[in-house]
Amino acid sequence: MENIEKQIKELQEKVSQLEKGTKDQLSLVIFSGELDKLLAALIIATGATAMDMKVKLFFTFWATAALRDKKKKVSGKDFMSKMFAIMLPKGSSKVKLSKMNMGGMGTSMMKNLMKKKNVASLEEMLTTAGELGVEINVCEMSMDLMGIKKEELIVYPNLNICGVATFLVDAEESKIQLFI
Amino acid sequence: MTQEELQALAVNKSVDARGTACPGPLLEAKKAIGTIGSGDIMEVLSADEGTKRDIPKWANKKGHEYLGTVEESGFFKIYLKKG
Repeated sequence: MENIEKQIKELQEKVSQLEKGTKDQLSLVIFSGELDKLLAALIIATGATAMDMKVKLFFTFWATAALRDKKKKVSGKDFMSKMFAIMLPKGSSKVKLSKMNMGGMGTSMMKNLMKKKNVASLEEMLTTAGELGVEINVCEMSMDLMGIKKEELIVYPNLNICGVATFLVDAEESKIQLFI
Repeated sequence: MTQEELQALAVNKSVDARGTACPGPLLEAKKAIGTIGSGDIMEVLSADEGTKRDIPKWANKKGHEYLGTVEESGFFKIYLKKG
């Protein structure tokens, strides 16, 4: 009798694990801070909302700088953080192409082409993602490392600062996980 | 459905997504389909070649019926029946 109870308990655990893994959810790690890669990530993210998928983005490392608001200024940064602040792109409108940047010429050519071909800009994509309920989680460690403060991030409806565990739990529940 | 039958459909909702590229048409289709009732016909106008393949795939996943595509000069008319 005890044995059966134990088996039932084990089965229940297995079922709940299976159920967890079948959420209609997409988890994206956005690691790269370049225009082309960020665009690809945002297109997949917003596209997934059309499929009624829940979308969770985990911004880490170079991608974090793309979430800076170019109009916001913060004080009280140490020397290294100030250096990083100067070196890193100030927000999504300042990121460059990963290839054919050519000192910024390639990037501005690409932006013109995108406008001509009705491709939404990265800023627009971020706004759309926010409206569609795409969740953004920003890696605390990356922000700390590069001296990026919460106060200088864009206004976004669903943005949280978190650690790797948040991503792992989200990813475990998701049908699709991607690293960009 | 034949091209003539598609052209003759009484459309309940028309979505003009010709001003947007991927994933614009898909997002607009998703928004619009929420405004019509089950069994209603919706057409999506798109200048984006990819939409022609995207919309049927999306419709299939969401339980809507893809009826067919009519090619006009420079754009496509994609017909759906809401499930």
